[in-house]
Amino acid sequence: MAAALQARGLAKRYGGIDALAGVDLEVGEGELVGLLGPNGAGKSTLVKIACGLVRPSGGSAEVCGARAGTREARRSLGYLAELFRFPGWHDADEVLALHQRLARSTGGAAERAELLELVGLTEARKRKVDAMSKGMQQRLGIAQALVGQPPLLLLDEPTSALDPAGRRTVRGLLEELRRRRVAVLLNSHLLSEIELVCDRVVILARGRVVAAGRPEDLARPRGVEIDTDAGTQTFPEASRDDAPRLVAKLVEGGERVYGVRVLSTTLEETYLSAVGDEAT
Amino acid sequence: MRAVPTIVRYALEESLRRRVFLIVLVLTAAFLGLYALGAREAFQEVEEFGEESGLGGALDEQTLTGATLLGLAMFATLFLGAVLAVFLTLAVVRGDAERGLLQPLVVRPVGRVTLLAGRYLAAAVVCSVYVVGVFSATAGITYWAGGWWPDRFAQPAAELAAAAVVIAALSLLGSVFLSATANGIAVFMLFGAGLVAGLLGQIGEALASERLTDISRAASWALPFEALYQDGLSAISSESFGLTSQALQLGPFGGAQAGGAALVPWTIAYLAVVGVLGALAFSRRDL
Repeated sequence: MAAALQARGLAKRYGGIDALAGVDLEVGEGELVGLLGPNGAGKSTLVKIACGLVRPSGGSAEVCGARAGTREARRSLGYLAELFRFPGWHDADEVLALHQRLARSTGGAAERAELLELVGLTEARKRKVDAMSKGMQQRLGIAQALVGQPPLLLLDEPTSALDPAGRRTVRGLLEELRRRRVAVLLNSHLLSEIELVCDRVVILARGRVVAAGRPEDLARPRGVEIDTDAGTQTFPEASRDDAPRLVAKLVEGGERVYGVRVLSTTLEETYLSAVGDEAT
Repeated sequence: MRAVPTIVRYALEESLRRRVFLIVLVLTAAFLGLYALGAREAFQEVEEFGEESGLGGALDEQTLTGATLLGLAMFATLFLGAVLAVFLTLAVVRGDAERGLLQPLVVRPVGRVTLLAGRYLAAAVVCSVYVVGVFSATAGITYWAGGWWPDRFAQPAAELAAAAVVIAALSLLGSVFLSATANGIAVFMLFGAGLVAGLLGQIGEALASERLTDISRAASWALPFEALYQDGLSAISSESFGLTSQALQLGPFGGAQAGGAALVPWTIAYLAVVGVLGALAFSRRDL
């Protein structure tokens, strides 16, 4: 079974600048991968190459086994651009109907109703795009990307215009997509969001992959904290396995122990450490 | 290419919803009203002048007035057709990409060439129908005002339509490279250059300057909307002769050069080359 998205040595050069300098990346079937990186790291370029908007200067990218940019590849993906706009005179239902015709989806009115419900826009079915808030348009954009039930979804900053409630809706939607075995490449600046929903994280900096793995694997141990009657004591070199021994020693010494915490770096710390100066 | 009708429909809906057609219809109605008023007045004035001057026998005032007026109307029709062609196509690629309207469409499995072809087809059909309609209306008004009908009708109508279609193709090609504003300016400057070349040709004819005539001819073929307009203009009074023909040559819309048999195949080849260039450039363009 071909991966939903596979990039090998992917490169893109704009004039004298390497936007991508040999990126290897794979998104498996039904996998939710978060793409992180500072501005200019090459995230959007990578997503655009995958959906055929940008031609690579080197390397290769395949979508469900078809070369990225070909009609077969585009048939297998849904895409939400970072900056997009739908015609203001269309209502939500018309936007989806247009994309159904372009994607040759046979889902009809039932598919449109289901997608609008999925993104919480059922009540706004007949509302013109011009009369929608930015958040509503963004949710409509996600619904549009799902027209035709593509096996791969490329989402470029899908929550940038959403309020906390809207973000929660999108998180729920991503969980639902995971349940449906839809592969997702999620490009976002919101680390907490990535940490909450993604199976794997890929961090880009200066056009290269600087870290990749499951969020829990990317975290590094940072010691153990123990709350005692004398206050909180920190053991920076200790690991999870050392915790029982440390507690026993403190109790033997006559201290009362109220709590033990095994510390590890957050995704944010991992990210900052991986991208270095780029983060600033 | 099966998605072409969907793209054509999308383009037409866009024009309808943006009220492009409504504005064009209102302004065209105003133009036709003014033209009717002017044509009626001109025919009456020339009739009185003819009676007073005693040139009635040698000069066909009706043809002179009718051909001059319809020539003026053809110029206005081409200009309005050009405005419509440019506004329907100036932002199709780069302009729409900059506004984020293009990306959601391009990633669909329709193909960039199909998208371009659909947008072009929509603009070409709208411009052709519009130009033929306005030309027919002005010819009808000229007949109503002075009882004059052009020597040929279908040929200049078709050539004016083809001229607008050429302008739409150039504007579409420009939209691949230029932002909407820059493209609009560039196409209107090309349009102006074509018209200036036509005027140079007329001056060259009057002064018997071969060099000016050659420059004009070369420019007209490089921008075939001008050659088509000139050919159509010459066709409306193609059967006039003698003093009437001489007087028409001296007028602001006289001296038009017939394009000859090569004009139609050249226009078709020109459109094909512009289309291929546009398709190639768009298919290689990063969005």
